[in-house]
Amino acid sequence: MPVIRFRLNGVATEVDADPNRSLLDILRSRLGLTGTHFGCGSGECGACHVIVGEHAVSSCDTPLWSVADKDITTVEGLGSAERPHPLQRAFIAEQALQCGYCVPGILMSAAALLKRNARPTEDDVRAALDRNLCRCGSHNRMVRAVLRAAEDMASS
Amino acid sequence: MSNATPQLPVSLAANPKLSSWVKFAPDGEVAISPGKVEIGQGIVTALAQIAADELDVDIGRIRMVRASTASSPNEGVTSGSLSIQQSGRAIRQACAEVRRIFLGIASDRLGVDPTALTIEDGTISGPGNISTSYWELAEEVSLDRDATPGAEPKPVAQRALAGRSVERLDIPDKVLGKPRFIHDTALSSMLHGRVLRPERSRAKLDGLTEDVARAVPGFVAVIRDGSFAGVVCETEAAAEAAIAALRKSATWLAGEALPDENNLAAFLKAQPVESTVVGTRTSPNPRRKARTIRSQFTRPYIAHASIAPSCAIAQWNGDRVHVWTHSQGVYLLRTDLALVLKIPVDHITVEHLEGAGCYGHNAADDVALDAALLAKAAGGKPVRVQWSRADEMTHGPFGAAMAIEIEADLDADNEIVAWRHTIWSNGHAARPGRASQPALLAGFELEHPFPRTISSNPPQANGGGADRNSIPLYDFPSWTIESHRLLTMPVRTSALRTLGAQGNVFAIESFLDEIAAERGEDPLIFRLRHLSDERARDVIRSVAKRANWKPAAKAGTGYGVGFARYKNTGAYCAAIAEIEGDEDIRVRKLTLAVDVGEAINPDGVINQIEGGAIQATSWVLKERVRFDSERITSNSWTDYPILRFSEVPRVDVELIQRSETDPVGAGEAAHAPVTAAIANAVFDCLGVRVRDLPITRDSLLAAMERG
Repeated sequence: MPVIRFRLNGVATEVDADPNRSLLDILRSRLGLTGTHFGCGSGECGACHVIVGEHAVSSCDTPLWSVADKDITTVEGLGSAERPHPLQRAFIAEQALQCGYCVPGILMSAAALLKRNARPTEDDVRAALDRNLCRCGSHNRMVRAVLRAAEDMASS
Repeated sequence: MSNATPQLPVSLAANPKLSSWVKFAPDGEVAISPGKVEIGQGIVTALAQIAADELDVDIGRIRMVRASTASSPNEGVTSGSLSIQQSGRAIRQACAEVRRIFLGIASDRLGVDPTALTIEDGTISGPGNISTSYWELAEEVSLDRDATPGAEPKPVAQRALAGRSVERLDIPDKVLGKPRFIHDTALSSMLHGRVLRPERSRAKLDGLTEDVARAVPGFVAVIRDGSFAGVVCETEAAAEAAIAALRKSATWLAGEALPDENNLAAFLKAQPVESTVVGTRTSPNPRRKARTIRSQFTRPYIAHASIAPSCAIAQWNGDRVHVWTHSQGVYLLRTDLALVLKIPVDHITVEHLEGAGCYGHNAADDVALDAALLAKAAGGKPVRVQWSRADEMTHGPFGAAMAIEIEADLDADNEIVAWRHTIWSNGHAARPGRASQPALLAGFELEHPFPRTISSNPPQANGGGADRNSIPLYDFPSWTIESHRLLTMPVRTSALRTLGAQGNVFAIESFLDEIAAERGEDPLIFRLRHLSDERARDVIRSVAKRANWKPAAKAGTGYGVGFARYKNTGAYCAAIAEIEGDEDIRVRKLTLAVDVGEAINPDGVINQIEGGAIQATSWVLKERVRFDSERITSNSWTDYPILRFSEVPRVDVELIQRSETDPVGAGEAAHAPVTAAIANAVFDCLGVRVRDLPITRDSLLAAMERG
């Protein structure tokens, strides 16, 4: 099997696996990064969003071969307990979730948004998160948290 | 003060041993073991607040123990917005007694009267720098003793944490992507299982060719027992490949017919039923009726549609099995597992791990049995089983469809003289562990199957099921409330948030609105005129003030109000919806006022109310389980859409804090009032009364045509 190389959370990574396997499956079962969640398996819910290059994409229907030589960021690469990303701090500050299963995917969609638009409007945030589903109804808190993170990043 | 003999809270009376609730660990921690579980509602944090307050320890020292049949108190099921009420009161009472016991021992040890002692962060101090602590004394004190009534929890004014919006304990892990969910739990040498389920409803498995599945690298076993079939493999990818191969080879015998999804009322009303009179009231001085009006309301089957598919892990050790699950009731699940697996309950340990948001009896229990059955073929290794999205959307229990007829006798002034409310619905509960037969899906599929459970309704004393919230809180002079429970169940139903309350309140509050409109009376004033309960009046007045009821009429915009007290005994909630309507309905803003008595964690309560309001908006505008004559067709997010970020209304919540009143839950308080408020706002905007949920372009058109 061909070895696929990419950068994962800033670290050069090699995977020797069937290139048609999904990126989500590789992240979770091969690389032990379980922060990215399975929701539907068909790119409809956003629970498995990761950033590839500059865009948030569904990792469940992204084949491994397609990320060769790309930069991938998962929720584990966004920040850590010691150095949380402003989005992670803002989600805690706004208590912006109920169950939290969808949150890693939402954080990645939001992080991709803030990279291309540092000062989004509320409508920009809603549009950027529209491919992510939340069943608990924490949407408005999440939108507030993203706006708060944007403000933090602008003022620091 | 009351002179009545003090009694223990129900959960503590059922599980009186103090050590089953509270333990002091040598490292300066306090372990608190509730029987209730975290299902995304933040309960664990609220319970930690209560314990920290009552024991006078920093909340950072509290370690919340996950429920397990190995050690936890048995608190039944985490449902019905009862966790604060049941677990919260038990923990408060148990901790109050533990505190008193330790103060007694400390007093002996230090030679000071207990009243001279204070506790700060677990350190017990007296005059002249003498001190000890819970942890120093822990070895001398056995908490393996039964709770006794009489220990008095602290007065409200001395509680430092209750009533404060403490940050939830689980949120940091969840935003950092740390493994916290059952889905992310990896046990050593864990295998992966998948189960084969029919597309056609209740079709029986006939032929199965295993060769291709067996050839998948990493294959471990195929399991078949009647119509139950599944695979175990070394990896998830292999299990997916093997189950796909099995699916391709499977042949099925005819299933069972499903009703007409476009005529649910006709179906519900044509079935054999068990009928119950839920309540009656007779006026001593009946007024003369001038006329009778009648309307019929329906709601469809609604899916739980959790963002995560259900998941479980099981591991056999000889004739004993350990099951990890996101079930709402570890003991109840254990009871049914024992029935199906035909082993004694004490050979089974059921342990809770968090799943995604849970809104009632979903497939969590079903997948736990799947895992236990598949793990039999795993040679003692743990097997993790996860359902597919399609199975999650089609095979788990749904919230039951309902048809509700309301009839009112009006006098010459259009005042209500008599009220009749009639419900046709399947039962709203078929939870495991409640009957002599198991209620788990695979149990119905085995070679020697158990009969399929027909859902029943909890008794009125527990809030009822289909009849939940059907008895009006309004002071009508007379009423008759009747419920017809179906004795057939082609579509599997069980508990979904609010049970029948959403349907009943939608019907009651819509019908009241019709009468108020006919009278030309403001619907809010009309309600207040029929309500004598002061807490009910308060939430309605508060929401009216907050939303500036009633804003001036504006073309294309409508406003509606809805009110209920959940279960007629729980939280009071009133909602005002602002919508925009043309051929589609957009809910712009929801304003709510809520009274849960003492709000332990105010932000947690508001979070629950906001979430309930948004989920209800999704139910009302979008949700309906779809099916044709032989299969459930809404098996994906495309076919079962839910509300998206761009469609979510603003939600503004006013919390009426009543620190002296026993707390009740918040998770289900908003759904019914919001449903009614949106429907009434649609009428205000378009002059069209939609009586069949969901309110979509199609149902609007149908309502317009009906006139």
